[in-house]
Amino acid sequence: MEKRQFRDYTISLYHQGFLDDQFTELKKLQDECSPDFVAEVVSLFFEDCEKLISNMARALDQTGNVDYKLVGSSVHQLKGSSSSVGAKRVKGLCVTLKECCDSQNYEGCVRCLQQVDIEYKSLKGKLQDLFNLEQQIVQAGGRIPQVDI
Amino acid sequence: MVVADLLSSFSPSPELHVLAVDDSFVDRKVIERLLRISACKVTTVESGTRALQYLGLDGDTGSSGLKDLKVNLIVTDYSMPGLTGYELLKKIKESSVFREIPVVIMSSENIQPRIEQCMTEGAEDFLLKPVKLADVKRLKELIMRSGEAEERKTTNPSPTRILQNDFDSSSSSTSSSSFHDGSSLDEDTQSSKRMKLEFTVQD
Repeated sequence: MEKRQFRDYTISLYHQGFLDDQFTELKKLQDECSPDFVAEVVSLFFEDCEKLISNMARALDQTGNVDYKLVGSSVHQLKGSSSSVGAKRVKGLCVTLKECCDSQNYEGCVRCLQQVDIEYKSLKGKLQDLFNLEQQIVQAGGRIPQVDI
Repeated sequence: MVVADLLSSFSPSPELHVLAVDDSFVDRKVIERLLRISACKVTTVESGTRALQYLGLDGDTGSSGLKDLKVNLIVTDYSMPGLTGYELLKKIKESSVFREIPVVIMSSENIQPRIEQCMTEGAEDFLLKPVKLADVKRLKELIMRSGEAEERKTTNPSPTRILQNDFDSSSSSTSSSSFHDGSSLDEDTQSSKRMKLEFTVQD
């Protein structure tokens, strides 16, 4: 039952565009020697999200004196790490945010940043659900099925 | 020559030792794992400056102990605060001790002039991020083959590797070494995303 749920849930995350094939690449790097590799990397990614979004929010708070260079470099970093973990939607929003930043579109930046914040938190919840399903399978003595997207 | 022999003659330890430089914590973790799973020893540092310190190129002359930690390959991100990957590449190529170490640049941006600039400066290859297992496997083969080429140089003086500036476009001899833009030689279906060097070792 859990295996079926796990498979379906994984597939839906890809089909809905939350994850892309870089996430699959990360799974390839996980094995018995590094069984929590993916969870560890995404955890670092979410920490990055929190830190960088907070930096950008603070910069945007300085209305009339926004340091767009700082926002730009922060979003560049966030785009990079979201790309490295396969967080497709977050990455896409970073691209848009970067464009707003480059054109110094204040309203656009604020709106986009809010969306990035919502999106990473949503992904965090979904991946937590996914990892929980994995745990249930393992605890029941089963093996995590390989899911072909 | 058996691979094991090649490796032991190429480096004092049986594994390739790679120095990976990236300011992103996430990317350092990923590249480290990619390299470890490809049977490489890995040292990661977070900046170009730290990389130079590690290599003993930062002016600190007490670096003789580092000879034991011989580095066979340096993989570095391009965009980093402080010293960029390109500047790090230049410093390494300026060093008489380290200029032979292959340096690979990684970047999330596919900017042709940037790629050319790095290749001209002597970079071994340029990888587009996000880096995948196939990239690392290919890199490893490249490095091992270039080690073999270095070996053969001592017995056969003809060049086995021609850098970009020396590429003779009129040469059509199948026995000559040349390098090509990745699209013609490579099996990787995503070759259009990245510029790659492939060179054939003269046999």
